[in-house]
Amino acid sequence: MSKLILERLKAQFGDDILEVSSFRGDDVALVKPARWVDVARFVHDDPRCDCTYFVDLSANDRCDPRTDDLDMDDRFEVYVIAYSVAKKHRVRIKTRLPGDEPRLATVIPVWSGANWMEREVFDMFGVHFEGHPDQRRILTYDEFKGHPLRKDYPANRAQPLVEYREGTFNKLGPFLQDEGMPLNRSAAPDERN
Amino acid sequence: MADVTHLETRTLGGGESGFVTTKFEALLGWARKYSLFQYPFATACCGMEFFSTASPRYDIARFGAEAPRFSPRQSDVLWVVGTISQRQAPVLRRVYEQMTEPKWVIAFGTCASCGGFYDNYATVPGIDKIIPVDVFIPGCPPRPEAVLDGLMLLQDKIGRCDRTPETVKNTALPDGAEEALEKLYQIRMKP
Repeated sequence: MSKLILERLKAQFGDDILEVSSFRGDDVALVKPARWVDVARFVHDDPRCDCTYFVDLSANDRCDPRTDDLDMDDRFEVYVIAYSVAKKHRVRIKTRLPGDEPRLATVIPVWSGANWMEREVFDMFGVHFEGHPDQRRILTYDEFKGHPLRKDYPANRAQPLVEYREGTFNKLGPFLQDEGMPLNRSAAPDERN
Repeated sequence: MADVTHLETRTLGGGESGFVTTKFEALLGWARKYSLFQYPFATACCGMEFFSTASPRYDIARFGAEAPRFSPRQSDVLWVVGTISQRQAPVLRRVYEQMTEPKWVIAFGTCASCGGFYDNYATVPGIDKIIPVDVFIPGCPPRPEAVLDGLMLLQDKIGRCDRTPETVKNTALPDGAEEALEKLYQIRMKP
């Protein structure tokens, strides 16, 4: 049903829409980063699209650190999901950013609800949103180094705010047969597999 | 530290009423263990099990641990109920430091004990990395019976003036209980 939006987008932006796809009611448009805000503004303002309701903005890291170059051109995929309450249709707009200093214009002027979502994407992936009024971390803390949802961030690296206590932590009880999991952890998380 | 022989209490005959000799520490421990004021630091789903333990069906009041105090300065036992994130750790540490001596800490559930299945940037792998813990209650979440076991274990330790960390053991069913449960199950399952 909302293929209408994709057709409208293609007619309006032409080659700046790199790819469109529809699968079981999910309609997706991949756009060039330079036209990110224009597309968002069009989807919001155009009376036949009318997507005034902002659902979500998030990202994913498309690289595999074992094989891919971390600075690859299309590493981070940022997407926004918009919905029209009146017309009951939904669209997802995606764009891809390079791994080296990913930057994207903010869509807060279009949907003000994007503020905290963009802060989350900045916190988790390190994507900078140009024009964001308050670009701080939102889930982790100021002392945190790096961005935890990047694929090259070690999965179990913690950055404690409170220094861990010294000493041995012997929580190994006499467990029954099915309770094999010891209640303590090895001293150095990085040495585990 | 856990030497209990010096805490011996003896009842001696003598006259019509008799008398008891004891050590001051033992008397103090006996008095403390039945008037525990609690500070529940509930952060996650384990909180439900804690409420269940405190409510009338399991009734934690039977064990002399009835009164919750939502100020750390008035409480004796810190119940850390649920996952503690790295961002929360300074707060927990501060709550612990604000409590007055004597104070005890119970790690309620697997997340508080060792981080549980969280092994990542966000979660503290066990609150004993931050503050000293007296009793660990395993379980995800632990049943109220296990919680009461943990409380009784703590009271036992207080009575013995023992500050070494301990884990609640799995209790074995008494003889014949499994057959009785099976019979009950069959009766319940009948259409």
